[in-house]
Amino acid sequence: MSETLNRESLLKAYRTMRTIREFEERVHIDFATGEIPGFVHLYAGEEASATGVCMHLTGTDYIASTHRGHGHCIAKGVDPVGMMAEIWGKATGTCKGKGGSMHIADLSVGMLGANGIVGGGGPLICGTALAGKIKGDKSVGVCFFGDGASNQGTIFEAMNLATVWNLPVIFLAENNGYAEATSSKYSVSCDNIADRASAFGMPGVIVDGFDFFAVYEAAGEAIERARNGGGPTLMEVKVSRYYGHFEGDQQTYRAPGEVQKLRETKDCLLQFRRRVTANGEITNEQLDAIDAEVKALIDGSVVKAKSDPKPAAAELMTDVYVSY
Amino acid sequence: MARKISYQQAISEAMDQEMARDQTVIVMGEDVAGGAGTPGEEDAWGGVLGVTKGLFHKYPGRVIDTPISESGYVGAAVGAACNGLRPVAELMFIDFMGVCFDQIFNQAAKFRYMFGGKAETPVVIRAMYGAGFAAAAQHSQCLYNIFTHIPGLKVVVPSNPYDAKGLLIQSIRDNDPVIFLEHKVLYTMEGEVPEESYAIPFGEANVLREGDDVTIVAFGRMVNFAMEAAGNLQKKGIHCDVIDPRTTSPLDEDTILESVEKTGRLVVVDESHPRCSMASDIAGLVAQKAFGALKAPIEQVTAPHVPVPFSDSLEVLYVPSVARIEAAVTRVKEYS
Repeated sequence: MSETLNRESLLKAYRTMRTIREFEERVHIDFATGEIPGFVHLYAGEEASATGVCMHLTGTDYIASTHRGHGHCIAKGVDPVGMMAEIWGKATGTCKGKGGSMHIADLSVGMLGANGIVGGGGPLICGTALAGKIKGDKSVGVCFFGDGASNQGTIFEAMNLATVWNLPVIFLAENNGYAEATSSKYSVSCDNIADRASAFGMPGVIVDGFDFFAVYEAAGEAIERARNGGGPTLMEVKVSRYYGHFEGDQQTYRAPGEVQKLRETKDCLLQFRRRVTANGEITNEQLDAIDAEVKALIDGSVVKAKSDPKPAAAELMTDVYVSY
Repeated sequence: MARKISYQQAISEAMDQEMARDQTVIVMGEDVAGGAGTPGEEDAWGGVLGVTKGLFHKYPGRVIDTPISESGYVGAAVGAACNGLRPVAELMFIDFMGVCFDQIFNQAAKFRYMFGGKAETPVVIRAMYGAGFAAAAQHSQCLYNIFTHIPGLKVVVPSNPYDAKGLLIQSIRDNDPVIFLEHKVLYTMEGEVPEESYAIPFGEANVLREGDDVTIVAFGRMVNFAMEAAGNLQKKGIHCDVIDPRTTSPLDEDTILESVEKTGRLVVVDESHPRCSMASDIAGLVAQKAFGALKAPIEQVTAPHVPVPFSDSLEVLYVPSVARIEAAVTRVKEYS
């Protein structure tokens, strides 16, 4: 709860969530102009999840992410300026413009990659955790995945493996209600994804994903247990996305006014602001100042991304092998 | 000092020596120890054919039995490689790649490029392949061509004990993902292998025999068939270059092209199916880059375009034979 977070941490949490929101809202606007190549999947609405989890992680901890990975990247410490350039396909991007939105990765901060394959990250994070365990560095791994991936065999295999090897892994299911255009109420065979935890011999936890403090607290407990040799946890964050599966998705499968209602009543930034300003711990002015700084950062990242060069032709053939 | 050991012992020795040399090398797979969680021996098997026998007690905590969960543990090997280890994951049969292909060709193979050159994935995936054990359609395939197609992977197909040891040591030391394929019929093949550690570089073909009439390029077990055929043909006055590329990716194009420039005639021997195979790949390469030197159509000696049959009477027809190689060489030699 907020008692365990000092002022500095609260401001950091807010800044991270606001950076993700601003980044995604800006990509939403710019994508509509047709200038951004390919396709993007936006994380807006789910910021409390990535932030509440990654606040507990260190540089040697790894996360595996999803096709909806911008928020995880920012929360784990990937530079948003490089990310924006990557999304615009520029040479200055995090991956030199060779990965794009779905493959942003920065191993130097423990970000093992957004992933274009639904459920692809589960086995990988078991591997980083196994390596950490063998090296004895007390690191943990977090596998972010969605309700769609929750039905993939790779996730089942990874959960089984994590328990068999007692790995320090958190399986972080972000259930935003829709796998593409199909409801999780239809595609998931039980009431909650977390109900599956007992089948894999690990604790299952359900958390309100609009509530940063709830995510922070539950994640902290699971991560501490994992770090101390207590094994994996399956944590389901119930949340929603504010945009479509991809940008351009008309979302005719959603209820009229569904997102607007969430934005007005449950939004994580709104709730956070209300809570931390209620007792005067932090002022609205302080948060407004962060909003302005974040806006300047993201605006600047777009200006830079637009003017940065595209990868040179020679880049087509590099980086396939370390040596060949 | 060299002494005679088997292909299987050579592979085992390569892992043993690399594990002794480098603490980050681990071995994982189904029953690589064999016996985990059982009331009996903890290393009952040492791999389904005993290739990793003895490593479990020698390297505590570094020989890890896995559930039968190929996507799970092959992906874990890939993830561990990203976090500082050099895992050797054993997949038992190459046919099982089908259930974990995503972790190999979408994840391991692509990290370096997709992440702008900032990732290294030094993982080795070992698997046995090939027909000859009456293991039938799902345990006998010869799929190196599929992995050769994927940029980011290196593919190794040793044909003898000496190469098996040196190429596996190179595979473990290599910083890219390597698919290391062991022909199951070759496990008992004996040959001279030095006791000391040595690495054979990738992309350097071995010319086993020299002759001016016909070039034979063969892979894996087929190299030994090609050598037998070439020996028989020599008695009939037909002299062959026999080339073992040893790795299909990278491929030593120069050695093949130089040989064809000399002989003008090419036979490729490949235990895979004929379409989109190493045979068709080498034929295409030579047709494009040494067309002017060719004096006869290129012959491809391959398995037919059918699944591997079970019954030994059919399996023996399925696998390319010494007689078929000799016939193909004779045809290209006599073509005018």
